[in-house]
Amino acid sequence: MQTILDVKQLTMDFGGLRAIDHVDLDIKQGEIVALIGPNGAGKTTFFNCITGIYKPTGGDVFIAPPDEKPKRINGKKPNQITVAGLARTFQNIRLFANMTVLENVMIGQHCRTHTGILGSIFKGKGVRAEERRVIDYSHMLLKKVGLDQYAHYLAKNLPYANQRRLEIARALATDPFLLLLDEPAAGMNPQETLELDQFITQIREEENVSILLIEHDMRLVMSISDRIFVVDYGKKIAQGTPAEIQNNENVIKAYLGEDIDDA
Amino acid sequence: MDYFLELFLGGLTRGSIYALIALGYTMVYGVLGLINFAHGEVYMIGAFVGLIVSGFLTVLGWPILAIVVIATMMAMLFAGAYGFTIEKVAYQPLRHAPRLSPLISAIGMSIFLQNYVLLAQSSDFQAFPQLVPEFEFLEPYSHIILSTELVIILAAVVTLIALFLLIKFTKIGKAMRAISQDRQMAMLLGVNVDNVISATFIIGSALAGLGGILVASHVGQINFYIGFIAGIKAFTAAVLGGIGSIPGAALGGLILGWTESFATGYVSSDYEDVFAFGLLVFILVFRPAGILGKVSSEKV
Repeated sequence: MQTILDVKQLTMDFGGLRAIDHVDLDIKQGEIVALIGPNGAGKTTFFNCITGIYKPTGGDVFIAPPDEKPKRINGKKPNQITVAGLARTFQNIRLFANMTVLENVMIGQHCRTHTGILGSIFKGKGVRAEERRVIDYSHMLLKKVGLDQYAHYLAKNLPYANQRRLEIARALATDPFLLLLDEPAAGMNPQETLELDQFITQIREEENVSILLIEHDMRLVMSISDRIFVVDYGKKIAQGTPAEIQNNENVIKAYLGEDIDDA
Repeated sequence: MDYFLELFLGGLTRGSIYALIALGYTMVYGVLGLINFAHGEVYMIGAFVGLIVSGFLTVLGWPILAIVVIATMMAMLFAGAYGFTIEKVAYQPLRHAPRLSPLISAIGMSIFLQNYVLLAQSSDFQAFPQLVPEFEFLEPYSHIILSTELVIILAAVVTLIALFLLIKFTKIGKAMRAISQDRQMAMLLGVNVDNVISATFIIGSALAGLGGILVASHVGQINFYIGFIAGIKAFTAAVLGGIGSIPGAALGGLILGWTESFATGYVSSDYEDVFAFGLLVFILVFRPAGILGKVSSEKV
């Protein structure tokens, strides 16, 4: 299996605080990988470094879209990284609240279309055909995530779980090969989490994307991940299959604290 | 009744101009959260480009229609180019600076442009040719409305509708709305924010240039300082209507235009500005976000 994301010795400092300390992580094509760790371990910072929101202090991030050579992406702007094929969602939902559901997905297609300013104004045949295609494709994505009947609702009027689905649909609209999900199950009830589990597995099959997710819901993490990386205080403390992680001493210590009786 | 109508249409003309310029303020504010104080100067430069081009073409003996069309297009083109350059030089390097820095930079840009035109064109008022011919069908109503005024009103209406359609239905319009709601997220979805911001400046500035040439031809004289007053009034219109809102800019412009026109006509022209700014204060007391503005709570 080809490695599609290869993070080497990634380090991020905020002033004197080292938020990420020489972390290695890799994802192979088609994998679902989870990044877990206690609060404040640096998981979201890790996402921000990969997607270009932060510029890492040290280390390298390589991506290799299927059938392409690896290229280094640290230091690139977020929109360039999206064009290269990485898409993400946020821990707190960040939809364009005052746009319709359909428009939100259409924005995701922005970088995959070629109409410029003049084209938008004069709307030639090619432009209209392209727009038609974008709208059709967006409807298709919305059907897939089960939101097509709400296409013309404003995004802010959707119920919470559906807003999360819309965020994922919008990220898929950028046509990524790797999807980064930041706590997709946050705020969901057990039933919704169960549906999310199936949904994520389904998009991996149907959209041919690999997935890296941050999640605190351990049932979800253990059931869908192929491999798990654990970080604590910015350092990687373990990696392996769900079964290995569940029995790893370092991980148990990080989550439950050390046993002081023996000390 | 004729007097009322005259004031009404005069106010509509003024209001249309304010609206045209206010659009530039409000679009830039919507996308960047920045007050582009150099915007009035772009309007002034549009007027000067119109003057230079029309003078040049008149000497060459071109027909009046061709002169009007080409002068207007050149004014918009140059204004757009100035807007683009101002953003690249004065605002883009400060994209991540504290909010006050681009504001100071904007004021600096405004002073720079005024003085640049002052040096190049002297401080004297220059006569501006009447570009719009007298329409014969308006002859019987000439005591109420001039043909220039009619053209200004029509131009503003057409521009507003076009802009509304652009924002609502095109790809670039969607990108603008997305950026105004969440710039970082728009970037993460692959929108090239720098390009969209440039486009916003170009469109807003071209509208200011159009306003510049229209007003200049209506008033008949221009100098380097006209941008300052027009800029302040248009800014007032934008705030009045709710800055960031495009229908708000149009509505604010019209209300301001009518207030000034009726105050001048029924009270005294000395108090024109008192009424204009008094109205601003009055409305902001009751609706701090402007008439159509959304009250936004600061994101935590």
